Amino acid sequence: MAHVLHSAPRYASFDGVLDGLLARLGDAVVASREEHGEIVLTVVRDQVEDVLRTIRDEESFQQLMDIAGVDYPDRAERFEVVYCLLSVTRNLRLIVKVSTDEATPVPTVTTLWPNAGWYEREVYDMFGVLFAGNTDLRRILTDYGFQGHPFRKDFPLTGYVELRYSEEDKRVVYEPVRLAQDLRQFDYTSPWEGPHYVLPGDEKAQGEKA
Amino acid sequence: MSFTLEQSPTTGDEVISNYTINFGPQHPAAHGVLRMVMELDGEIIERIDPHVGLLHRGTEKLIEYKTYLQALPYFDRLDYCSPLAMEYSYVLAIEKMLNVEVPIRAQYLRVLFAELTRICNHMLNLGSHVMDVGAMTPNLWMFEIREDCLTFFERASGARMHSAWFRPGGVHQDVPLKLLTDIGEWLDTRLPELFEDAMSLVVDNRIFKQRNVDIALVSKEDALAWGFSGPMIRAAGIPWDLRKAQPYDVYDRMDFEIPVGTNSDCYDRFMVRVEEVRQSARIMKQCLADMPEGPIASSDRKVSPPKRGEMKSSMESLIHHFKLYTEGFHVPAGEVYVATESPKGEFGVYLVSDGSNKPYRCKIRPTAFSHLQAMDFMSKGHMLPDATAILGAIDVVFGECDR
Repeated sequence: MAHVLHSAPRYASFDGVLDGLLARLGDAVVASREEHGEIVLTVVRDQVEDVLRTIRDEESFQQLMDIAGVDYPDRAERFEVVYCLLSVTRNLRLIVKVSTDEATPVPTVTTLWPNAGWYEREVYDMFGVLFAGNTDLRRILTDYGFQGHPFRKDFPLTGYVELRYSEEDKRVVYEPVRLAQDLRQFDYTSPWEGPHYVLPGDEKAQGEKA
Repeated sequence: MSFTLEQSPTTGDEVISNYTINFGPQHPAAHGVLRMVMELDGEIIERIDPHVGLLHRGTEKLIEYKTYLQALPYFDRLDYCSPLAMEYSYVLAIEKMLNVEVPIRAQYLRVLFAELTRICNHMLNLGSHVMDVGAMTPNLWMFEIREDCLTFFERASGARMHSAWFRPGGVHQDVPLKLLTDIGEWLDTRLPELFEDAMSLVVDNRIFKQRNVDIALVSKEDALAWGFSGPMIRAAGIPWDLRKAQPYDVYDRMDFEIPVGTNSDCYDRFMVRVEEVRQSARIMKQCLADMPEGPIASSDRKVSPPKRGEMKSSMESLIHHFKLYTEGFHVPAGEVYVATESPKGEFGVYLVSDGSNKPYRCKIRPTAFSHLQAMDFMSKGHMLPDATAILGAIDVVFGECDR
């Protein structure tokens, strides 16, 4: 970044950190960049455990702060699993990513950090990403017996089922979602910055030309 | 609390088998809706399996359908005991991506209110912790302080709890001078009186110590490996505080100490928080003394709205206001992970932008996730009533844990 104006957390200098990581990790790194004041490494999926072990032990990133899942439905391997690491001795943060699809499991890192267990469970619950070697890959945030993976981009915001307490059955029952009014998404982006659809009425102009 | 016996206990010489009980999901000491499946050998805890997610609302998914500004109030509703600390990470993440400059007065105001939030949060936690282990009075006194804090929030933002007052580029509105002087007076008189009175009842109390000292010991290595942060890692003896190590806003101008524990038990966690309250008061006094006059939000009209008065006469201001509250601002594509020192520990936001006016993905890193996960190994071998002390010392709030 050319000139830092923001006042977000300032950590130690990044000078040489990325080069050191690249030299140490070699072929395991698919892509790397330094952007918005973050170092982002994309690594080979099957080697993620070894890579993170090297980063933890030899580059002294001691703490795994978070594992995030991200869904990019257009990609061949649609999911990204993002490991946010922290070094308390070097005062640095690092983002390591791997990509995967619905069927291919990612090697677990519970062997490296015991707290990875719940994070992996969450990514599994929300996105359906599988983690090979995680012995406790249950759902964590959704309801018991929930179906589907709600944070996928193709999962509707309103969901498929709603629940209520049934006085007749004396228990909570699931029913298909019924909305009094459809969920509406308004598009407020500027028309002259190019929306990716035909604005209502514009089709008439197209018709005259043809 | 309900329990099921796997095998009927007998009175003879036969061995009573382990049994499993449900702690929660509705239990006053669970600090929310937490269900813990406990395997007990008599009164000794063998294994704990916390079931979280009963308060899951899909905040991260909802955020993807809102503009950056509309998504902000969701953060108040995460950790509803320290709402402004939640907003802090989010606004800093946006500012980092946009690279906007925040005026110095706004930075001071944010630090001031973040610390007030810390006091407010610790009042609730310390109070409920002592109540969990059997004391009643300190909690009532500390709720007085909490009530004062909420009144200050209301005077600044108009809302007692869900302030939505931190905004990308600064804060929403300036505070009246009277509020600042009142906070200063409160810091000098009411806070120390009430707080020290309440603490004098517990810190050397024999029963309180019996319930907390040497409970849930965690080594430095374990604290690092389990991803502890905040008071939990400091009680383990590691002087790690993001306000010092990775200062944001004007924390680098503040003079304060980081309390650390020596024994890493529940008592240390409690005492770390007690000292943090005093340090927060110290930071707030410095903020009040040093805060300059000036604007309270960025002058970049693509990020923060113009003043109402300007809009009455300036066409451009009106357009800016309209665009900001309908379309919102576009954030350059990329990803950041920004974490701040919330009262409970490291609260992080991993924000992915695709260049549009809505976040592509906003992963929230709750503090409670790694702490609660360690509940199993921290409680092993302790008595059943110790579980409430351990839970109280973790300082868990389920709005944030379950998101």
